[in-house]
Amino acid sequence: MDAFILQILNGLDKGSAYALIALGLTLIFGTLGVVNFAHGALFMIGAFCAVTLAKIFSLSAITEDPTQKDFLGNPLKVKTPYVESWFGADVGSFMIDWAVPLAIIFSIPIMIMIGFIMERGLIKHFYKRPHADQILVTFGLAIVLQEVIKYFYGANPIPTPAPDALNGVADLGGTFGLALVYPVWRIVYFCFSLLVIGGIFSFLQFTTFGMVVRAGMADRETVGLLGINIDRRFTIMFGVAAAVAGLAGVMYAPINSPNYHMGMDFLVLSFVVVVVGGMGSLPGAVLAGFLLGILESFASMNEIKALFPGIDQIIIYIVAIIILLTRPRGLMGRKGVMEE
Amino acid sequence: MLGLNKKDTTLLIVVGCITIFAPFILNPFPADSAMAQFNAGYPDLMQRFAIFGIFAIGFNLLFGLTGYLSFGHAAFLGIGSYSVVWMYKLLDYNVLWGLPLAVVVSGLFALGIGYISLRRSGIYFSILTLAFAQMMFAISYSDLLGRFVGSTITNGETGLQVYTSDPQILLGANEPNTPHLFGLVMNNSYKMDVGPWMFTFNNGYYFSALIMLVVFYLAIRIFRSPFGLMLRAIKSNNTRMSYTGLNPRPYTLAVFVISGMYAGLAGGLMASMDPLAGAERMQWTASGEVVLMTILGGTGTLIGPVLGAGFIKYFENIFSKINDNVLHGWFSFLPDGLENFVVFIIHPFIGKGWHLTLGILFMLVVIFLPGGLVEGGQRIGKMIRGKKNQNKKPSSTEPAEQGELTDGNS
Repeated sequence: MDAFILQILNGLDKGSAYALIALGLTLIFGTLGVVNFAHGALFMIGAFCAVTLAKIFSLSAITEDPTQKDFLGNPLKVKTPYVESWFGADVGSFMIDWAVPLAIIFSIPIMIMIGFIMERGLIKHFYKRPHADQILVTFGLAIVLQEVIKYFYGANPIPTPAPDALNGVADLGGTFGLALVYPVWRIVYFCFSLLVIGGIFSFLQFTTFGMVVRAGMADRETVGLLGINIDRRFTIMFGVAAAVAGLAGVMYAPINSPNYHMGMDFLVLSFVVVVVGGMGSLPGAVLAGFLLGILESFASMNEIKALFPGIDQIIIYIVAIIILLTRPRGLMGRKGVMEE
Repeated sequence: MLGLNKKDTTLLIVVGCITIFAPFILNPFPADSAMAQFNAGYPDLMQRFAIFGIFAIGFNLLFGLTGYLSFGHAAFLGIGSYSVVWMYKLLDYNVLWGLPLAVVVSGLFALGIGYISLRRSGIYFSILTLAFAQMMFAISYSDLLGRFVGSTITNGETGLQVYTSDPQILLGANEPNTPHLFGLVMNNSYKMDVGPWMFTFNNGYYFSALIMLVVFYLAIRIFRSPFGLMLRAIKSNNTRMSYTGLNPRPYTLAVFVISGMYAGLAGGLMASMDPLAGAERMQWTASGEVVLMTILGGTGTLIGPVLGAGFIKYFENIFSKINDNVLHGWFSFLPDGLENFVVFIIHPFIGKGWHLTLGILFMLVVIFLPGGLVEGGQRIGKMIRGKKNQNKKPSSTEPAEQGELTDGNS
C-alpha cells in the first residue's frame, strides 16, 4: 500500500511537468493550428530563467573585514552579495534562498515577450504552409535556442537548489499510519502545476477574453467576421502558452539541474502526451500528462521491472501506440482536428 | 542508357564522375598550406559522405515523394549496424554476409513499423515513428532483448563489438581481422603524392560510393516509374486518389519498406567501416539529422539529399575545427580593435557552436528556400540565364515587332 501511494506521488510530479508542457502545446495547436517543436526549448529557457536569477542574486562584492583575521593574520576576505548590502542582510539572504520561486515573477514577462516575438516574427508566416513546414521551422528554432543557451551557460547541468524551507522531506503518511516520506519540493511542484492549470482553465472559462478565444478555437472565421481581432488574441494566447512552459521549467529547476538539452528530452514525451490526450483537447492533454506520468512511475517499480526488465523506458511509447491505433483521436480528441 | 532518359543519364554520369574523382575534388589545397584544414579528402569523412548520402536518398524516397515525415528513421540505421556486427561475430569479417542481412532485417522491421504507423498520417505518423524509434533506442540501450533471452543481443550502452571469444566460424588463417570484402580491407588506402598535394584512395570509400551509385540509380528509377507517380499522387491529394479507386496504403507501405532498407544499408555500411554498433545511432537526434540533410539539400529532388548529406557532414567535420586562432589569422589585415570585434562576433558560430550555424541555416532554408540548396542553385541559374535571355531578347524580337507595327500603320 505504501509503495503504491508512493508511486502515484512519484508519477504526479513528472506528470505535472508533462501536463504543463502538453497544455501549452495544445493551447498553441488549438488556437493557431501550429505544431510547435520549439516548446521544449521554451521549457528549458524557463529553467534557465531560474538559473539566471539565482546567479544574479548571488553576485557578490568581495570586501576585507578588518575585525576578522584568517590563520595567517591577514584580514579575512568576505563575500557580501549585492542584494544583501542593498536590501539589508535579512531580506537579501531571503532573496538568495528563495531565488527559484522569485524567478516565477521574473520569468513571466520574459516568457511572454519571447512568445510574442516568436509568434509575430516567425510562426505568423507559417499558418498557410503545410504542417511539415511548421514542424521543421520550429525544430530549427529549437536547435538555435538550445545552442544559444549552451553558448552562454555551457553544456554542464547547473544545480539550482530549492529554498531551504522547502528542501527537506515531508512525512505525509503520519496521520494515516503509513510510512510515507516524500520531498517537499515535489509536492510544491504538483500543487503549483495544479494552480497554473486551474488558472488557465478558469481564464478560458470565466473571462470574456477566454470566451472569445474558445470561440475562435471552435470557428476562427466566424469570430473574425463578427469584427473581433482574433489574431491578436491568439498571439496573446501564444504568449500565455510560452509562459506556462516557462513556469513549468522554472519550478522544475530544483528537481533536475537544468542543462541545455532538457527541453528536447521533455518535448518528445510531451508530444506523445498531446497525441494520447487528443490533439487540440486541453483537458485531454492534462489528463494524459498525469496518467502517463503515473504509469511511468509504476513501470519503474522493482516488482514490475523484475517481470519485464526495462519496461519503464518504453511503457509510454507502447501505450501511445496502442491508443493511437485503437482510438485514433486520442483520449479526448475532438472530431475534425488534424484529420485529412 | 539503362532505361533512363537523357537528362537523368547525364545526372547519373555527373554524380558518378564526382564520386570517382572525389579524392581529387575534395582535396583542392596542398597538404601543408594554411587552407589544408578545409580539405575533406580523408577516408573517414569521404565514407560518411557516401553513407549518409545513401541514408538521405532513402529518406527522401519516403518524405520527398509521399510527404510522410518520419521522425524515426535512425532506428533502421541502428538495426543495419547491429545485423552486420552480428555477422562479424558469428561468421567472419567479410562484409558480404552482413550487408544483405542488414537490408533484409531492416526491411522486415520497416514492414512491421510501417504497417502500424501508416494507419495514421500527418503529425500522428511523425509521432508514431518517433515513438517506435525511441522505443527501439531504449530497448537496445538497455539490451532488453538480451535480458529476455539471457545473453547479449545489443550489448547495452557499451555497444556491440567483436571479441576474440566469438565463434567466427568462417574465419580463415590468413584473414584480416578488420572488415573486408574478400580480402580487400576497408580501412586500407592508397596514398598518392602529386607535388605538394596528397590524395588518398580508400577502399571503404570506393566500396560505399559504388553502392551509393547503385542505390542512386535505383532511386532515379523509382522516381520515374509509375510507382513513383503513384507516390506523388498520394502527396498531392490522398483523398482524390482513394476516390479514383486506388488504395494508397500498399504504395506507402512499399516505399516505407524501401526507405527503411536504404537506412539499413547505410547502417550496415557504417558498421563495415568501423566494426561497432551502438544504440546512440538510433536516437531521435540521428533521425532529426537525416531530416535536416534532406530538407537542406532539397526535398523531392534527386540530387538534393546527397548534397545535403555532404554539406552537413562537411560542416560537422570541417567547420567545427575552425577556432579563434584561425579567425585571427584570417582577419589579421584589419586594424586590431576591429579584428578582435569581428572575431568576437563570429566566435559563437564556429567551432563547437557550429550547431547554431546549422540551426540558423536550416531555418533560413525552410523559410525562404522550401526547395533547399537545389532550388537555390536553380534560382541562381535562372537569374544568370534570365539575364542572358533578356539581353538577347530585344535584339531578336525588335525587327519582327517593328515590321508588324509598320505593317499595321500602312
